[in-house]
Amino acid sequence: MPDKYQIVKKDVLTPDISRISVYAPLIAKKAKAGQFIILRATEDGERIPLTVSSCEGDEVTVIYQKVGDSTMTLDELDVGECLADFVGPLGMPTDIDGCDNVAVIGGGLGCAIALPVAAALHKKGVHVDLIGGFRTKDIVILEKEMSEASDNLYICTDDGSYGFSGFVTGKLQELLDSGTKYDRVYAIGPLPMMKFVCKLTATADIPTIVSMNPIMIDGTGMCGCCRVTVDGQVKFACVDGPDFDGHKVDFDETIARAATYKEFEAMRRENHKCRLEGMGNG
Amino acid sequence: MANMSLEKTKMNEQLPDVRNKNYSEVALGYTPEQASNEAARCLNCKNPACVSGCPVNVPIPRFIKKIQEGDMQGAYDELSSANALPAICGRVCPQENQCEGKCVRGIKGEPVGIGRLERFVADWALENNVTSTNVAPSNGKKVAIIGSGPAGLTCAGELAKKGYSVTIFEAFHVAGGVLSYGIPEFRLPKAIVQKEVDNLKKLGVDIELNMVIGKILSIDELFEMGYEAVFIGTGAGLPNFMKIPGESLVGVFSANEYLTRINLMKAYKENNPTPVYKSKKVAVLGGGNVAMDAARCAKRQGAEVHIVYRRSEAELPARAEEVHHAKEEGIIFDLLCNPIMIEGDDQGKVKSMKLIRMELGEPDASGRRRPVPIEGSEFEMDVDTVIVAIGTSPNPLIRSTTPGLDTNKWGCITTAEDGSTSREGVFAGGDASTGAATVILAMGAGKTAAKSIDEYLQNK
Repeated sequence: MPDKYQIVKKDVLTPDISRISVYAPLIAKKAKAGQFIILRATEDGERIPLTVSSCEGDEVTVIYQKVGDSTMTLDELDVGECLADFVGPLGMPTDIDGCDNVAVIGGGLGCAIALPVAAALHKKGVHVDLIGGFRTKDIVILEKEMSEASDNLYICTDDGSYGFSGFVTGKLQELLDSGTKYDRVYAIGPLPMMKFVCKLTATADIPTIVSMNPIMIDGTGMCGCCRVTVDGQVKFACVDGPDFDGHKVDFDETIARAATYKEFEAMRRENHKCRLEGMGNG
Repeated sequence: MANMSLEKTKMNEQLPDVRNKNYSEVALGYTPEQASNEAARCLNCKNPACVSGCPVNVPIPRFIKKIQEGDMQGAYDELSSANALPAICGRVCPQENQCEGKCVRGIKGEPVGIGRLERFVADWALENNVTSTNVAPSNGKKVAIIGSGPAGLTCAGELAKKGYSVTIFEAFHVAGGVLSYGIPEFRLPKAIVQKEVDNLKKLGVDIELNMVIGKILSIDELFEMGYEAVFIGTGAGLPNFMKIPGESLVGVFSANEYLTRINLMKAYKENNPTPVYKSKKVAVLGGGNVAMDAARCAKRQGAEVHIVYRRSEAELPARAEEVHHAKEEGIIFDLLCNPIMIEGDDQGKVKSMKLIRMELGEPDASGRRRPVPIEGSEFEMDVDTVIVAIGTSPNPLIRSTTPGLDTNKWGCITTAEDGSTSREGVFAGGDASTGAATVILAMGAGKTAAKSIDEYLQNK
């Protein structure tokens, strides 16, 4: 039997994105699509919130992107090593009831979160069109898994190197123009992407659920760091969300809040790279 | 021979201008000579009022007498017979409203420094690895404690001593609750908290970290797992905001967030990965202990810090010593002021705050004079950071997942005087049932609940 919080599987999906499965039987039994975990890679590390990608047996799978110091530290751990902490499931599960025909839209790493939502809907018999957006062909992830979790998969690349040429909003517009009817849209990805999907679906009058991923510490409602204004009300993404009615989220405020520690994070990221390079040279 | 000095024996402290730049403990504790000198101020009253002022009824004159006699083991035995976390209480209890507030020496002059003597004895025990080993043989009954703050730790310790098999479930990656995430290092060193937690482990208490009860397991599932009673000591962790415009601007933080980053996530240490917002001028809203803690942390981060409180100095709810220390460290008190709105720049960052001056009117329900706005007295204050420290509410995670558990309109778990709730076998205490209060009141509730759980399981 693996140890508590042991990494039992690890795949490199792109040079920046990896997938790990962690031994956490209780969480594996409870977690539902849309919920997240918080992990600390090492003692004295940051608490990193990551949405659960899938659960199988005693293992919980999460996908992360090496965007900063803490995720780079996480990436240094290999199969067989243990995380310092792994807590969950946190947040409310995604509402997958009451719809028959949906578009699930993922942007970049957001596809890792869109995937379990699409899979849960698809399993229920809901007709799922999955639109996955990436900058370019080389960083397309989870294509096979997304294809299995949907009726139609549309990959889009910003530079046109693969699939539909353009943003996910372009593809969604095209589908709507061609007469496709959705009773709900799920949008998960970078804040600007979700903002523009919501603009489009508001015009088309399609209810839209977005999954927010603000800065967070405890994940249990205790710090209020993750507050999001929804319909003029302050909500905590960690306990009230992470899903909200996308037409009511104040995206501009959320985008400003996401940049709170931008300088600090950039400094840490550079320091981390220097440490790695320093080690390589030594 | 009693020491009839009207003043408490002074305790050494770091100088204000030195300590407001570091996170080492402010108060350095008594030396044995100082402790002996202060112990001699106790008159050993026949009817000790101090004991009745203590929520856990520490036999105060008895432990002080042992100090005078030079019997430290004896002093510790007396102290720890009633108080499971004396090194913590000696540092954070509001003694002026409790034991020391009732001391007869306080009628003329200063009361006996009971808190300082408590700390002296407890620190002696921690340094010398003295623990209370008075544990009953195992009775095989399992009790689950939710939350490892002062209420949970106390309840766990009391039950373990009675022979119960106790498991504490803690949501965070560190035990201690507010003692770990909230109260800063310079007021309560985390090594002290850890030692008190380790002492509980020595009593056989099992602590399961990273377990958010209500999510990973429900209370009903705990019963299915064989726990025969459950104590909820989940505190009041949900931060309240002012509900004024601008509270979601970049640079507005709950005190919980600010303190958690610095304490629990150890951002006070150099080269730590958790960021703290860089501030030049900080306004801390509120006048309680948490506000003082946040203000003093912000000062140590290098900012100019203002406490903004809507009543006057006399109504500040913080411990007298914290207010005193904060002032010494250069915190500016803007009293009788209330924020109306926070204003931001074009990047959504805080740039100023609009306030209104207040005056005190008639006493309100709390007995304190109600602050009333003075019309036309609005003014602007340039700040880049606002820390909201106006109180907290109980977390809904447990009540929303426990059918049949009654709560009041503030979300506090309804308990009888003995700590029992509307659910059989479920007990609660501390901030989770009273709303935000003090460490010692939570400990008192934990102790009461332990007694009730023992009676309940004996008669079951």
